[in-house]
Amino acid sequence: MTALLAIEGLRTVFRQRSGEVPAVDGVDLTIARGETLGIVGESGCGKSVLSLSVLRLIAPPGRISAGRILFEGADLLALPPAAMRAIRGNRIAMIFQEPMTSLNPSFTVGAQIIEAMRAHDRSLSARALRARAVEALTQVRIPAPERRLDEYPHLLSGGMRQRVMIAMALACRPDLLIADEPTTALDVTVQAEILALLSDLQRETGMAIILITHDLGVVAEMADKVAVMYAGRIVEQAPVTALFDDPQHPYTLGLLGSVPRLEQQRERLLAIEGTVPPPFALPSGCRFHPRCAFAAPACAETDPPLAELTAAHRVACLRAPLDQYDFRQDPGAAWRDPGHAAICQSPVRT
Amino acid sequence: MTAPLLAVDSLEKHFPVERGILFSRRLGAVRAVDGVSFSLARGETLALVGESGCGKSTTARLVLRLIPPNAGSIRFAGTDITRLKGEALRRVRRRMQMVFQDPFASLNPRMTVAETLAEALKVHRIGNRTERHARVRELLGLVGLASYHAGRYPHEFSGGQRQRIGIARALAPNPELVVCDEPVSALDVSIQAQIVNLLGDLKRELGLSYLFIAHDLAVVKHVADRVAVMYLGRIVELARKEDLFAAPLHPYTRMLLAAVPRPDPRLKPASLAPGDIPSPLDPPSGCRFHTRCPFAVARCRTEDPKLAPLGAEHSVACHRALELPASVLPHAATTLPPNTERRLALYAALSGRASRAAFATAAHDQR
Repeated sequence: MTALLAIEGLRTVFRQRSGEVPAVDGVDLTIARGETLGIVGESGCGKSVLSLSVLRLIAPPGRISAGRILFEGADLLALPPAAMRAIRGNRIAMIFQEPMTSLNPSFTVGAQIIEAMRAHDRSLSARALRARAVEALTQVRIPAPERRLDEYPHLLSGGMRQRVMIAMALACRPDLLIADEPTTALDVTVQAEILALLSDLQRETGMAIILITHDLGVVAEMADKVAVMYAGRIVEQAPVTALFDDPQHPYTLGLLGSVPRLEQQRERLLAIEGTVPPPFALPSGCRFHPRCAFAAPACAETDPPLAELTAAHRVACLRAPLDQYDFRQDPGAAWRDPGHAAICQSPVRT
Repeated sequence: MTAPLLAVDSLEKHFPVERGILFSRRLGAVRAVDGVSFSLARGETLALVGESGCGKSTTARLVLRLIPPNAGSIRFAGTDITRLKGEALRRVRRRMQMVFQDPFASLNPRMTVAETLAEALKVHRIGNRTERHARVRELLGLVGLASYHAGRYPHEFSGGQRQRIGIARALAPNPELVVCDEPVSALDVSIQAQIVNLLGDLKRELGLSYLFIAHDLAVVKHVADRVAVMYLGRIVELARKEDLFAAPLHPYTRMLLAAVPRPDPRLKPASLAPGDIPSPLDPPSGCRFHTRCPFAVARCRTEDPKLAPLGAEHSVACHRALELPASVLPHAATTLPPNTERRLALYAALSGRASRAAFATAAHDQR
């Protein structure tokens, strides 16, 4: 089976006064037709830069400094700009996080959908374009699409706007849809509707979806396989059931523990203390070690590679597999007294 | 029983909708809050839950007297504050503060953290310059920031840290009531957990009472003592947290519960009552939820159900509350796989050792 999209060794850097800093640092991913890949991580972990890199939308001072992005076998990074434009928005479409700001307030919904279609197919008549725009709105279950077409975005609710964005992205019938936090700014009820809509549309069209989110609850509902990102790298990668049945990386555990669960009795949530280090101040060794509950002194020195645990499950952690180590009997646990923890939690400046 | 800290009775707020500038005609009114009553005991957390447009934020603003109500009364610590003005109102405001939703928009980008926090004290004429300075340091420690953060500007902080500053500002005049308006909705899940835990710690340490506004029942489960579910300007269900989650009675509450994404890939997404919340300018006749309710019958379209008690401290506004099948929520039986649970417990044990003080030291220099 050939992958629809294969990312190999992708590295995207941003130039700063101090030199080039990596936002995405050596990422390998594949996604097949009809599949949903969830990319999970906190703000600042590089997941949005990764998705923008796929569409070659990285503007200076950023640039893609290494790697290949193979779409149906052809390297997108080697394409001339015109050929890239024929793919971007056409074969690979994207929906963004904020439906409030990604629609132009001074054009009607219809004008914006038609503009996207006309950019890729100049042969259609105005009437045909309008018919297809109505079809696009019907597809995303917007009631009274004929009337909505002539309305301005401010008349629509947040959920409706996100539906319009999805309609626009799907107007050219893409093979791959990149959804960057499509439901983050929405109410939980609207979120559930949008996620259900995306799954339905995927079944109807057979498109592949890359779903970017910080919420493992959303991933559980949508994804076939998951990549967990931290500080520009993938730290764990697995089919969705394997990730939830057998989470290995402490960061994955932290994300899982942070999801407020209805069935949970414990009042206090498990949080990951601290924040993602910025790309210009990455810690030494494992990039997660300053925030890691399981960290050992060795973690500050050795950068663990993404290693295979099973054929489909990869994890980048020195302590993996976690179960083969009894931390309660850990003779080295003494080093985790609060004083020492404070030292270990302060980042190493680079 | 002692008097509640806050008692709200039949509160109403209607926003007129007008057309034309010179000769304006009144077209109608948005009934944003339409007869809301609840009380909040000292040391308690009451959550107001509902979708955007249900009137929960308007209720919060009314309680703090940021906007005047059309009808109803607000009693705070035994005094009617509905019509207070001037100095008397200022004295009450010092005792009730607010944490806002968007930590990116609610801090002045031109003021340092110290200036922002000191201003909250200055407005209420608390302390002199040195005392205020000391209080700012104390506040930063309280919310898990370090004193060297005092001289920094908001853009130097992450979303979670900004929300900590927002909380410190609310705590500055030593309030009794803190109104939290969706304090974690704009944050990453991992950071949400930090802030939810911090709010819990502060409540215990300082004996605060929270009016906590949210749209996500899963978050509410971790912070609230009692929950009021709002729909189109009304409370449709009000109960102790345990009762509400164990036996949700109103169909709308069930819908909100079903919408929470669950971290279990084997569960299929729940099917929901479709559609958006109707316009509060022209609410549906009868029960306002009937347009989206899977259990609606003819009576629901004509007769408006009143919020009526059903059991101890559990009220619901639904004609069919008692006839409906017991809620079969898909979350009821789910637990995480044993491997995952065990590792999460290990994670909790190991991360518990790093105290909050250690975290404050590690709240690191991002520059």
